[in-house]
Amino acid sequence: MSLRVLKPEENFIAIEPYYQAIGQEIAIFEAAYTQKLPILLKGPTGCGKTRFMEHMAWRLKKPLVTVSCHDDLTASDLVGRFLVRGGETVWVDGPLARAVRNGAICYLDEVVEARKDTTVVIHPLADDRRVLPMEKLGQLLEAPPEFCLALSYNPGYQSVLKDLKQSTRQRFVALEFDYPEAAIEAAIVAREAAVDASVATGLVKFAAMTRNLKGNGLDEGASTRLLVHAGKLIAVGIDPVQACRSAVTQALTDEREMLAAVNELSSSIF
Amino acid sequence: MSKSSALNLTEIAQRLDVSLQVEFTFYHTHELAQTILPLARADQEFYLTWVERVASTHLEISHQFAQRGAELIARMDKHVLEAWLIHAMDTYDIDGLFPAMKIIRNVDQFLHSAHERTAGVALTAQRGVLLHFLQGLSGRQLKVNEGDAAYTDGETVFLPAFVAMFPHVDDNFKLLKAMAALQWAQTRFGTLRLPLQDLIMEHDDPQGFLALFHALETQRLEACLQRELPGLYRDMLRIGTPHSGAAPDTQWRDIVAPLRPATATAEHSLALAQSLFGKVAPPTPRIYQGELRPHEVLQIRLARIEREKARLKVALHDLLTEQAAKPETAPPPSRFDMRETTDPSVPEGARMELTLDDMPVAPPEGVKNLLTSIMLDFDEIPPEYLVPAGPGEYDPRLLHDEEPNADDVWSGTYHEEGAFLYKEWDYRRQHYRKNWCAVREKTVTAQDDGFYANTLKKYATQLRHLRRTFEAMRDEDRLLKRQLDGEDVDIDALVEALADQRAGQEMSDRLFTRMHRADRNIAVCFMVDMSGSTQGWINLAEREALILLCEALEHLGDRYAIYGFSGFARKRCEIFKIKEFSDPYNSEIKNRISGIQPQDYTRMGFAIRHLSGKLLAVDAKTRILITLSDGRPYDYDYYCDDYGIEDTRRALIETRLSGIHPYCITIDQTAHDYLSHMYGAASYTVLDDIARLPYKVTDIYKKLTT
Ligand SMILES: Nc1ncnc2c1ncn2[C@@H]1O[C@H](COP(=O)(O)OP(=O)(O)OP(=O)(O)O)[C@@H](O)[C@H]1O
Ligand SMILES: [Mg+2]
Repeated sequence: MSLRVLKPEENFIAIEPYYQAIGQEIAIFEAAYTQKLPILLKGPTGCGKTRFMEHMAWRLKKPLVTVSCHDDLTASDLVGRFLVRGGETVWVDGPLARAVRNGAICYLDEVVEARKDTTVVIHPLADDRRVLPMEKLGQLLEAPPEFCLALSYNPGYQSVLKDLKQSTRQRFVALEFDYPEAAIEAAIVAREAAVDASVATGLVKFAAMTRNLKGNGLDEGASTRLLVHAGKLIAVGIDPVQACRSAVTQALTDEREMLAAVNELSSSIF
Repeated sequence: MSKSSALNLTEIAQRLDVSLQVEFTFYHTHELAQTILPLARADQEFYLTWVERVASTHLEISHQFAQRGAELIARMDKHVLEAWLIHAMDTYDIDGLFPAMKIIRNVDQFLHSAHERTAGVALTAQRGVLLHFLQGLSGRQLKVNEGDAAYTDGETVFLPAFVAMFPHVDDNFKLLKAMAALQWAQTRFGTLRLPLQDLIMEHDDPQGFLALFHALETQRLEACLQRELPGLYRDMLRIGTPHSGAAPDTQWRDIVAPLRPATATAEHSLALAQSLFGKVAPPTPRIYQGELRPHEVLQIRLARIEREKARLKVALHDLLTEQAAKPETAPPPSRFDMRETTDPSVPEGARMELTLDDMPVAPPEGVKNLLTSIMLDFDEIPPEYLVPAGPGEYDPRLLHDEEPNADDVWSGTYHEEGAFLYKEWDYRRQHYRKNWCAVREKTVTAQDDGFYANTLKKYATQLRHLRRTFEAMRDEDRLLKRQLDGEDVDIDALVEALADQRAGQEMSDRLFTRMHRADRNIAVCFMVDMSGSTQGWINLAEREALILLCEALEHLGDRYAIYGFSGFARKRCEIFKIKEFSDPYNSEIKNRISGIQPQDYTRMGFAIRHLSGKLLAVDAKTRILITLSDGRPYDYDYYCDDYGIEDTRRALIETRLSGIHPYCITIDQTAHDYLSHMYGAASYTVLDDIARLPYKVTDIYKKLTT
């Protein structure tokens, strides 16, 4: 088997990624895209933000460039830098610059994690100038109409220090994501994990229990992602209680009493 | 004598003499020794250790245990026995001797029901798990507490201290869990919505009627649990089925059949009870059934209804104000309502959702909980509850759980309301005393007496030097040259490298410049001894040291907080706020430092625990706790010698485990050998010359963080 190696701007998504719409998010995204407005996805971990972006990229038939932000990510990592090759300096575009040049959708995941100086390059791209300043080249790169900037942001657990600045967030059209209603979430789990409806409903019920514990000993309840994981284990024959234990409970906490309590909850359901 | 061989009578008696202090108590240790003489060495040791540990708490309790110990060891699992004794000691700590003795004596009761060696489950050991378990279930956020039976008042689930019905621990735990779940079901599925107190009084035999209703209602709730928590229900069936082969109550199966469908309500159980009462005896209670206590339910409910109504109306008022302030909402919103949305994850299949002018609003967590709780009481949100009201319309006591003023609390009675409670390590027990120290926060009274200006003058030279050194420690963004990798090409390096290449030499690959980003993410908390023994020179040196420190830290930019501590027995542990992390260093803070005055005694454990909590709440990469004290921990109640040393040591270990770096500075004329033990988990310095303290503290801080 050979693995495909893709340049980011060639990442066209050919097969429709399954995305279950919760509200008006698809229509709003499309409208914002047409109007060349940047988009901010807010929501807890594992609730479908990345999946939604893949789906939208497919729908709009545009390549998707995803950058996972981390605390060492600087503006140059996004824009580009000079390298030295055979005694010559050569400029190499960063992922954001490539996305702009190619009119792609650029998705900056968990943007608050990045260094503060990244906002300097995001701001002019995210207002009506739509330009990327490439300071080191002394150039301004103008974004074509197809280009789209989207950020994700989890308002939940980050400290106040990592709050998104007003001047940043007020540039974006915000789409709020949350774990979907039980019936929809069960449908997602059933389809993603290929389990039957009763197992999926049980998993969603279990998730609701862990979400009741948010703030009462858990930082976060179980995400849709974790339910899909548990479902996938069940689908290949793992006992549901054991699957919840490995795929969900252990991911939520290390605290002994909480582990025991959450395990009691899952074993009460299945 | 080999180590494993049993102890003889004299050896045992000698040890008991010491533990039980027979010189004063005149207990007959010889007889006690006889009882464990036949036991194996390990069991003898277990007995003697626990007699000794319990005696450190109370001799009488220990003596009670000593009398029954041999028999208990023979019949009970050691873990159970331990849990039992700890529970008795905890009870002594909190409620005093009489209730503790009752627990020790109740072992009898327990022994009667347990015919074999039993592995029971103590509530104390499982309480946290059960609490999380209940809070994970939908509905009101319940509390868990120990009671004389399994019952609920609607807000707290009471469970027996000890369950030992089955030979296996697992089954006993399942029983406890089933009891808890059934009590939850009463709050969740409408049992407690019935005006039971009034209803039963309509009968000549209220208790008899209650028993019948309770038995029937339990069957209905079982069916609810079967639908809602099938896994739990399977366990309930298993442990609820008599092992002895006694035939199940088939007569009742048909009678209660109408109570099993999802449509059955508590009213159905009630109607059935009314029609059957006096005609048949109630079915045998389930082992996990517990009790119904309508009177307690009523009391709690009355208080709750009034409180929650007030809280909801005020919360809606806030929500309305907040919504109205949003620019996009014009005209201002006005009317709250509830609307039903389907939700298969809850037993009703639907959930009530709050709307504002017919648009759904997401209420804050607190409001959500209120709505859930009110729904449980009324099965709806009564319309008048949805009319917002300003906080002025209610007695503030209804709106907030009270927080008494720290000084008032001590003005008369002996109680712990409004205090932070901390555990304390009792090395003799080898266990923590739970909720042992009542800790309150006060603020040091600022004193404007020119102390700050004088200190600056006195240490002028020193300060100039300090500021320079601390400024140099400051972590700032700076450009690093000749890096292997970086944002920019280092032109100088490149030119040199090209020149080298032309000259036939190897070309360096360090050709880049990289920005080093400031990352000195440190939070430090200073914990300053304000005990009476610091009176005089030490107090002055401490205050001067703090001023110098603040001056230095202001230049460095690290986040810092300063607190004083002092204790007067465990019920009066005090933390004095001098500068919190969020306080700017201003004249108020400077005057507070000046106002630091010696108080009572030196109890350190609680202060370390409390301030560690504060440090953990600060977002920082590195957290440091620096304690400044003048020697041995000493407090009014036995917090001296080994007890105080061991608890301090323990608290430092806890702190270290939580990821904080503790550092201790002790002012002491003579270096004592206990220090290395007490500060085992921390690094420390002993200062013999008080006058050097002001210089030393900043110096230590510098070394610690570079
Ligand atoms: N609405 C949805 N439609 C389809 N699948 C979904 C949906 N919501 C969640 N999922 C499932 O949950 C998984 C996790 O979602 P995703 O990776 O998009 O989360 P995320 O919001 O990007 O999380 P994070 O913030 O941690 O990156 C997906 O792989 C998918 O299986
Ligand atoms: Mg994602």
